[in-house]
Amino acid sequence: MLQKIKNEIVESQIFKSVFRHGYPDNDLDRAYAIFSSVFLHIHPVKVRRSALRMRYTFCLGGITLFLFIILAVTGIWLMFYYTPYTGLAYRNIKDLQFVIFGGNLMRDLHRFAAHGMVLFVWLHMTRVFLTGAYKAPREFNWIVGVVLLVNTLVLSWTGYLLPWDQLAYWAVTVGAKMASYTPLIGQNGPWGPQLGFLPTNDIMFMLLGGTVVGQNALIRFYVLHCVVLPLVVTVFLAVHFWRIRKDGFSGPL
Amino acid sequence: MDEKVTREIFPRDSRKSYGLVELMKKTAPIVKKEPEDTVYVWPNLLMIEIICAILVTVGLMVLIQFEHAPLRSLADPSTTPNPMRAPWYFLGLQELLVYFDPWYAGVVLPGMIIVGLMLFPYLDVNPKGVGYYTYSERKFAVFNYSFGFAIWWITIIIGTYLRGLDWQWYWPWSNHLEHMNPALVTLIPLHLIFVNWFHVSEGVGKLFGDIIFVGYFALGTIIPMIVWKPMYKAMGLWRYLTFSFFFLSMMGVALKIVLRLLFNIKYVLVTPWINI
Ligand code: HEM
Repeated sequence: MLQKIKNEIVESQIFKSVFRHGYPDNDLDRAYAIFSSVFLHIHPVKVRRSALRMRYTFCLGGITLFLFIILAVTGIWLMFYYTPYTGLAYRNIKDLQFVIFGGNLMRDLHRFAAHGMVLFVWLHMTRVFLTGAYKAPREFNWIVGVVLLVNTLVLSWTGYLLPWDQLAYWAVTVGAKMASYTPLIGQNGPWGPQLGFLPTNDIMFMLLGGTVVGQNALIRFYVLHCVVLPLVVTVFLAVHFWRIRKDGFSGPL
Repeated sequence: MDEKVTREIFPRDSRKSYGLVELMKKTAPIVKKEPEDTVYVWPNLLMIEIICAILVTVGLMVLIQFEHAPLRSLADPSTTPNPMRAPWYFLGLQELLVYFDPWYAGVVLPGMIIVGLMLFPYLDVNPKGVGYYTYSERKFAVFNYSFGFAIWWITIIIGTYLRGLDWQWYWPWSNHLEHMNPALVTLIPLHLIFVNWFHVSEGVGKLFGDIIFVGYFALGTIIPMIVWKPMYKAMGLWRYLTFSFFFLSMMGVALKIVLRLLFNIKYVLVTPWINI
């Protein structure tokens, strides 16, 4: 009876149009399962047994990716409750803490997954370094990796402003102040003033959309944090994984 | 699968039960390896990935039972927290502000770290040590990476645990509520020391400092060229010069930290435009 129902479903046109293969309990379907799925096909169909050794990668790149996915999911959830307006942002966070069901859970997850991503991206880089996996032909993927690393840091930093509390405000004020010391294009940097850069037209002004951290800075950081940087990371991740496939995984021979 | 897939270019060997189905370029992973060496991603790799994901989720869930995302009082432009700490991953850079002017510690140095990291694969000409952990076959590369990130992490630890009010040095057992007397630490530019020692004018003192600065880079570049000729030959001129610049800059950061902490030296290089 159950068998019959199962067959009805599995043989139906709808099911077959979604899953183009049988359950992957044989080699042909195992191959199909990987390359007919948009999500799984970043994998090769087969990998060397030795590449699976946990003591080689420690799964660090995979963990970084997983943390990024957690961040995307919890981040989108948080966006439903957050207004990038200086008069509301802080209260929204308070609401998440004390009023909204699951608010604390999501905020904590988002915060600690972010710390974790910074830590694990560094650990992953260290693993890649120690196994010499950046050497030819993988030099370019290492560069892509560094771009990902910098993006991860900037993502964390832009997110830091959003709660609009003292921690956020001053961390970003001090960080943005640094920008004003940029040589040539900062109001306080060497040769900056000589080249005509003032508090109202230098690089810090561009970053904050003003001379101090205020509403314009908040909206800039919000858009960067929620849209621009995640997109950039996603694009570079696509290149990163593509290159791993093209250059081959370094793995022990 | 059977006959259909077997293409003419790979005539089937009657002694084998499988046919070769993929051609790859030389550097690809599975070239010249027997098929027995590989396993299917489903379920072998996917299982590992799922287990990792579950472990991370569990880890996060446990963590947030003990620790919560912080939220201080509402942003207030008129009260600056003291000490004002950056998020931990930037604390190293914040700590470097003690040793260098902001244009260098906050802008140029981070830029150099990023560019230096990106250039690493092009500066490391040693072909050995791909695909396995080894220290003995690539000591110098490992040394460079470790040294750079040792500075990074040590300054983070200093910034987190050893800095207090006004970003002064506080031991864990010092009273963290009491301001330190800033006069306890008087910083002196190196050239004033020369002025005192050798009774020269300030201009000459500055010149000494500049000579030390330039000499450090010049000798630091030229001496290894002679002493480690094979290394220099292997790298070629431009690669070597680039490497030498980044290497000496990194060492310079460490030297400056020591000079500042032990001898209270503020600047070595003093010019009308920039001081380092
Ligand atoms: C958002 C950040 C990143 C993610 C999600 C990520 C993800 C991954 C994954 C899943 C792999 C497969 C092997 C493994 O798990 O170790 C990998 C490999 C690799 N990653 Fe990353 N990565 C990131 C950042 C970086 C960084 C910062 C670097 C270096 C600067 C880097 C360089 C590499 C290289 C060279 C490989 C190939 C390794 C090999 O063939 O052994 N990646 N990455």
